[in-house]
Amino acid sequence: MTTTAESTSTTVDQRAAGVAPNLARRAGFFRDVASIAARSLRQARREPETLFPPIFVPVFFFMILVGSLEDTFGHTGLNDFRAFQLPVSVVLAVTGLTRAPSVVTDITTGYFERLLLSPVNRMALLLGMMVADAAIVVALCVPVLVMGAIVGVEFVTGFVGILAFVVFATAWSIAYVGILYAVALRSANPTVTSQTFLLYFPFVFLSTTMVPREAMKGWLSTVAGFNPLTYVYAALRSLITEGWSGPDLLKGVVAIVIVGACTHTLAYAALRGRVSRSRP
Amino acid sequence: MNQRLSVSSDPGGPGPDAFAIHAVDLRRRFGERWAVDGVNLAVPSSQIYGFLGPNGAGKSTTVRMLCGLLIPTGGRATVLGHDVARDPGGVHLAIGAALQATAIDDRQTGLEHLRLQGRLYGLRRAETERRIAELQDLIELGEAIQRPAATYSGGMKRRLDLALALIHNPDVLFLDEPTTGLDPVSRFKLWDEVRRINRERGTTVFLTTQYLEEADELAERVGIIADGRLVAEGTPDELKRRIGADVVIARVSGDPERARQVLDGIPEVERVDVDATEVTATVGDGPTAITPVAVALAAAEISVETLTLRQPTLDDVFLAVTGHRLATGTAAQPDAGASELATTGRTSQ
Ligand SMILES: Nc1ncnc2c1ncn2[C@@H]1O[C@H](COP(=O)(O)OP(=O)(O)O)[C@@H](O)[C@H]1O
Ligand SMILES: [Mg+2]
Repeated sequence: MTTTAESTSTTVDQRAAGVAPNLARRAGFFRDVASIAARSLRQARREPETLFPPIFVPVFFFMILVGSLEDTFGHTGLNDFRAFQLPVSVVLAVTGLTRAPSVVTDITTGYFERLLLSPVNRMALLLGMMVADAAIVVALCVPVLVMGAIVGVEFVTGFVGILAFVVFATAWSIAYVGILYAVALRSANPTVTSQTFLLYFPFVFLSTTMVPREAMKGWLSTVAGFNPLTYVYAALRSLITEGWSGPDLLKGVVAIVIVGACTHTLAYAALRGRVSRSRP
Repeated sequence: MNQRLSVSSDPGGPGPDAFAIHAVDLRRRFGERWAVDGVNLAVPSSQIYGFLGPNGAGKSTTVRMLCGLLIPTGGRATVLGHDVARDPGGVHLAIGAALQATAIDDRQTGLEHLRLQGRLYGLRRAETERRIAELQDLIELGEAIQRPAATYSGGMKRRLDLALALIHNPDVLFLDEPTTGLDPVSRFKLWDEVRRINRERGTTVFLTTQYLEEADELAERVGIIADGRLVAEGTPDELKRRIGADVVIARVSGDPERARQVLDGIPEVERVDVDATEVTATVGDGPTAITPVAVALAAAEISVETLTLRQPTLDDVFLAVTGHRLATGTAAQPDAGASELATTGRTSQ
C-alpha cells in the first residue's frame, strides 16, 4: 500500500543488540484517511439513534408539506409540488448531518491528543471524519429517494440523474459541515457546538424551501438570492423536472464550492490551531 | 540554604544527541503564569527518570512539550535528537506516551483501540496482531477486549492506555502520573511492567509522579520540580544523602517556631525545617542525636506529641528544598520505603 518506511527511530545499538525495533512509520495519507473514517463509521454504527432525526424530520416534513400545501401551490405555476419538495427532504436530511460533535468528546477525553501524538497525517484527521460523514449522507439519500419513488416522483434525467442528485446532496452536506468542524475543533465545547446547528434555520428558511423563487417578493427574494442553498435547490430540482440544465447545475456547483471554501478554510484553521500546539 | 542541593543547571557536556531527552532552559507560560520556568534535563538512553512534584508543579506541561504537543514559550528540547518544536513528527515516531488523562474512547472496544493505534503507527496488520499478543499480559482484559471501553474500570483503562503507548515499541516512553488513582496491587504490577519494558528493550522512561515511593522505587534518577523549576536532581540515594544521615521529626502541639529555635541550638543538629506542626531536624547520626533533641525540647517545655527518628526520604528532600512537604495523601505518613529506626511515642511532658 502507501506505506513509506521513512525515519523509524530505532538506534543502531538496539538493532545490534537484537532488541525488538521501533515499528513506527508514517502509514501514508490515504491509509490514515481510511483509518479515521473507519473509526467514525464504527462509532456511528454504535449510535444508530443519532440517525433517527435526520430520517424522521425530512419524511415528516415531506408528508406535511405535500399533504397541506399541494393544492395551494397548484396555481403558482408549479405543476409537480412533490418533485419540488423532494430536494427539500434531502437537504433537511443531510444539512448538518455530521459526526463533528464527537470531536468535542475526543478532545475532552484526551483521545484527540492521543491521535495527535501518533504520526497520523493531520489533514487526514479531518478528512477521514468527513469521508465518514459523506458515506452516511449517501446512505441516507436512499430512504429519501425511495420515499420519492413511492409518491411518484420521477427523474427526467434518469438513473444518471439520480446519481448526480446524490453527488450534489453529498457535496452540499460536506461543504456545510466544515463550519461545524471548525466550531467543534476551536471551542471543544459541546454546548457551543450544538448551538451551531441552529445555523441550519436561516439557511433553510431564507431560501426556496417552501416556495419557488418566482413566488417570492421583496426582501425575501433578495436574501434568497444571496443564499447558496437556493442554487443547490435549483440544481437538485432541475435534475428531477427539467433535465440536464447546464446553468442550473453550474450555479449549484459554484454555490457549493464557495460555501465549502469558506467553511473548510475555517475548519482547517481550527485544526491547525489544535495541532500547532501553541494553544493550551 | 538550598545551595546544598545542587541542581544540574548545565546539562551540556557530551553534546545534545548523547541524551535521549535533552532540555535546556525549557519554559512555558499560560497567560501571566509560568507553568514551566527554565527546566534543564539530560536523560541518557535506557534510563528511568522520575519527575517528582506536587499538583500544579509543571510536570504535565513539561511532558506535553517534550511530546511535541505544546510549543515551548522559551528554551529548547530534543528527544532522540528531534527538536520538539521544529520536528514534532520525528518525536512522534520515536516516542510513546500515556498522558495524565487516560485517553480512551468509550465508544470503541479495547481491540479496536489497539488495531487503530497499530494502523496509525503504520504497522502492518500482522505486526499489530503480534504486538497485541505480546502485550496481552499487560492488557489483561480477557473477554472485555471485545466490549466498548465505556464498560471498563479505571484500572482497565489505564492498562489499555499503556498498551496503546507501547504498540509500536517506542524508544522513549512518557508516563504522566501512571499510577495516580490505582490500587496498591495495580500500582506494583505497573511498576514491574515499567521495569520490564526498560530492561528488555532499553526503553528510556520519563515518568512523572506525586508519589515519593514511586520515584524512589522506580527511578534511577529523580528530578524534583516545584513551581515550574527543577529544585533538586540526583539518584534517590544521592538526594537523601545530601540532606544528612538521619532525620528526627517532632510533632509539637505548641509553637513550632520555638521548637525550631531550640533545635537549632543543638550541636548535633545540622538543619531544621518546619512544616505546619512538624519540626524536622537533620542530624549526622540519629541514635546519638535523639537524646539531646528530646532533652532540649523537654527543657524548653515544648509539648511533643510524637518524636520519630528515621532515615531521610524524598519527602524530606522536598521539604528541605521547597520549605514544605509534598501535599499528597501518602506524604502525611512516613515514607513507606524508609525504615523506621526508632520511635518514641508521646513524650509530651
Ligand atoms: N492549558 C492550560 N491553561 C492554563 N494554565 C495551565 C494549563 N495547563 C497547565 N496550566 C497551569 O500550569 C501549572 C502547571 O500545571 P501542570 O503542568 O498540569 O502541573 P502538574 O502536571 O505538575 O500537576 C498549573 O498552575 C496549571 O494551572
Ligand atoms: Mg499533571
